[in-house]
Amino acid sequence: MAGHANEVNAEEAWGGNGSPFRISYGKQYMWFFLMSDALTFGALLCAYGFFRHSTQSPWPVGEEVFNAMPFLGGGFPLLYVALMTFILIISSVTMVLAVEAGHRLDKKAVIKWMTLTVIGGVFFVGSQAWEWYHFIHGSHFGAYLTAEGWGTLVEFDAAKELAVFDFHHGQAPKGGAEGWALFEGNMAHIQGANLIQNEYAPLIPQFANLFFFITGFHGFHVLTGVVINLIILINTKKGVYDERGHFEMIEKVGLYWHFVDLVWVFVFTFFYLV
Amino acid sequence: MLRDDLYKDEAYAKAAYHDEEHGQAVRKTIFRVTMLLTAITIIEVMIGAFVKQYVGGVQEGYWSAVKWLFIGLTLVKAAYIILKFMHLGDENRDFRYMLLIPYLIFIVYLAAVLLIEGASVGRTLFGS
Repeated sequence: MAGHANEVNAEEAWGGNGSPFRISYGKQYMWFFLMSDALTFGALLCAYGFFRHSTQSPWPVGEEVFNAMPFLGGGFPLLYVALMTFILIISSVTMVLAVEAGHRLDKKAVIKWMTLTVIGGVFFVGSQAWEWYHFIHGSHFGAYLTAEGWGTLVEFDAAKELAVFDFHHGQAPKGGAEGWALFEGNMAHIQGANLIQNEYAPLIPQFANLFFFITGFHGFHVLTGVVINLIILINTKKGVYDERGHFEMIEKVGLYWHFVDLVWVFVFTFFYLV
Repeated sequence: MLRDDLYKDEAYAKAAYHDEEHGQAVRKTIFRVTMLLTAITIIEVMIGAFVKQYVGGVQEGYWSAVKWLFIGLTLVKAAYIILKFMHLGDENRDFRYMLLIPYLIFIVYLAAVLLIEGASVGRTLFGS
């Protein structure tokens, strides 16, 4: 932990031989980088807010769009993304434990916690890949433009003339003869999502665009973080930091890793919850 | 040749050393913050999954309160991550304010401008 730095007298500081902030060069500039990166993410989320406030059709509801689990199918609102969030929080915890071990010059503990952090990061990136795969491929039957508006076809059997539509936003699904009539008279069909159209919000293509942009940009940060963590882990194993006499590098990459977690906290709130 | 960022800054890096006793206190804080973050996340997901935003296609009146609750909980989480996990709370006070104050001023301004402008653009383009 920093902040234990000793006081300086003004003469010494003015001589240019110390940081006015009592912090090392590398850490200070990591913070500056993170602040500029935070502005980028802040701007992306504000752009999301702009589109959300400018659209007149209702924005898709998080728990209605993201309700699937791998291997289990639908019906689990927000459970998967909650799991992803938890994985990222835990890998943040293992990171801060690695930093703490570094402050005690405990190389073995640093290696242990850094390894767990890398594993957590890999799991998160993998989860995001699944989330994207599922988002791009969409629901089983896709969405149809019916006389009642856009609805997702949740059950379908042509032989039995069965078609059940989910119109979302807390509306009751429509099935039976009414559902089949809606299906017979459908005017358009969208399955999955791309940058031009998406079945979750057929009237708001920006919904998928922002999803790809923001979670993609964040996922790329996580991937970068995993690579950087791996490099630092290898350096630790090789004994680079023993030679240097301090483990501040762990603290610097830790800052980046926590930042990635911090961004996810906001993405999670604005994309999935609000 | 010694890199100046390594030897000049050694004093700051080494000032962060602590012994096992202090380490235990730090780990205790980490554990507490972990529990808090997990609890907040669970509460958020429960509200998200079980409190309905729309009933019968109409947005519920209480939703704006829920929205602000989410934003408040998120800010609490963010504060704990920044101050405890990233140790900004332990850094020099001037450094802390230099990072946080400009950022907060700018982002609050940007968010306010874009959200107000977004609503206005929506009204202009799509009516209602």
